[in-house]
Amino acid sequence: MSAPSARAGYVAVLRRDLLLAWRRRGEAAFPVLYALIVATLFPFALGPEGALLSRIAAGVALVTVLLAMLLSLDGLFRPDYEDGSLEQLLLAPQPLGLLLAAKIFAHWLTTALPLLLASPLLAAMLHLPAAVLPVLLAALALATPLMSLLGALVVALTVGTRRSGMLLALMLLPLMVPVVIFAAGAVAAAQQGLPFIAPLAWLGAAFVLALVLAPAACAAALRIALDA
Amino acid sequence: MNAHSSPTLWNRLVLWYHQMGSPPYFYAFAGRWRPWFIAATLITAAIGLYGGLVLAPPDYQQGDAYRIIFIHVPCAWMSLFTYAFMAGCGLVGLVWRVKLAEILAMEAAPIGAAFTFVTLVTGSLWGKPMWGAWWTWDARLTSELVLLFLYLGVIGLYHAFEDTRQGARAAAFLARIGAVNLPIVHYSVVWWNTLHQGTTVRLFGPSRITWPMLWPLLTMALSTHLYLGWSLLGRARVALLELEGGKDWARAIALKDAPHG
Repeated sequence: MSAPSARAGYVAVLRRDLLLAWRRRGEAAFPVLYALIVATLFPFALGPEGALLSRIAAGVALVTVLLAMLLSLDGLFRPDYEDGSLEQLLLAPQPLGLLLAAKIFAHWLTTALPLLLASPLLAAMLHLPAAVLPVLLAALALATPLMSLLGALVVALTVGTRRSGMLLALMLLPLMVPVVIFAAGAVAAAQQGLPFIAPLAWLGAAFVLALVLAPAACAAALRIALDA
Repeated sequence: MNAHSSPTLWNRLVLWYHQMGSPPYFYAFAGRWRPWFIAATLITAAIGLYGGLVLAPPDYQQGDAYRIIFIHVPCAWMSLFTYAFMAGCGLVGLVWRVKLAEILAMEAAPIGAAFTFVTLVTGSLWGKPMWGAWWTWDARLTSELVLLFLYLGVIGLYHAFEDTRQGARAAAFLARIGAVNLPIVHYSVVWWNTLHQGTTVRLFGPSRITWPMLWPLLTMALSTHLYLGWSLLGRARVALLELEGGKDWARAIALKDAPHG
């Protein structure tokens, strides 16, 4: 009996994770709700002046979306670790990096995509100029997969430890600094009427690089953390 | 046939490396060398501080306030050196699973974090009279702050595991990711500063440093390196005893040092 192909393994993991997310589809709303609540607090804290809010709108939307993703990252491997299916993935004949790429993609589809769809609402609440919105969406579309890939790499190291949300934030923050700088840089440039392609291109390059390297590094991290 | 000629330098190095990997050997070695490191650290620090605080002339622009440089700059160098040391030892531990390399990497992390913290504190103490602000979002300052977070992440991850060696391997992996990330952070912050047209602050007032100021600085740099050896050897000894508590050699040492023999 020969093992199913790598492609079949990828599709099976993706199907399984999407199906599990669909069965608990109420949970997909939590990151969006969290982002909405945080974005609502900013006008209360800073005052409702439109000029001030529209200046900080893109940055607030960006940081809020990334924090909402950070909260959901702990659930990427933990349920699978607890019910033992993560060890099955490690034993599978298909390359572990590829199977983890399927898991990361499913995670992005179920947490980042709803946030991406809700971000025009966040932007409108904070009076972001309508002309800048496409740039914000493009920056988020490149920054959120980067966040998923780098976050998976870090969260793989914490599988098998005691529950540690604060530790995850501490480990992920240094990795996210360049992503935030380039994404916010693109939006700020667009808001001032300057060319904004260069920071987006940098984000795109980082995304492609992470797409190739992060799943393999994530597999190595998972093997270390589970001592397999 | 010359097979039994005297061992080459390379052979001796390989032998030394393998002997160092043995915990009892390293424990004894560290115990022998640590007093020398302590003495050398204290002597070089006394010479360097006397040269820097008493002999060196005051700066023509900054007066006596610049003298914090003799603490700040060696600590800043050491914060990076210790990180490189930690990442290097971590890599050796990951690849060859050398127990001692893992211990050295993990025991270097708190020392490096302390150097980074001292750098940040002395930097902001220096910044207040010089630029009128405790903190500025300059590339070097921001990178140093990120470096502190990297150290804290490594320490936190190490302690999050029940099993010490597993924690050391995971934390060493994180240190390696950080070593790749740190230059990226530095250059992205440089880019960010130029985009924002922020404050153009030069960290160093004097553009060229004269010999009476330079030699105390270099002596202090030597002293901080020696301090790393002092602190690391002591920490590694304790960590080795903890890890190897059940082994005969560790038990023999504990019994020898116990009050009732």
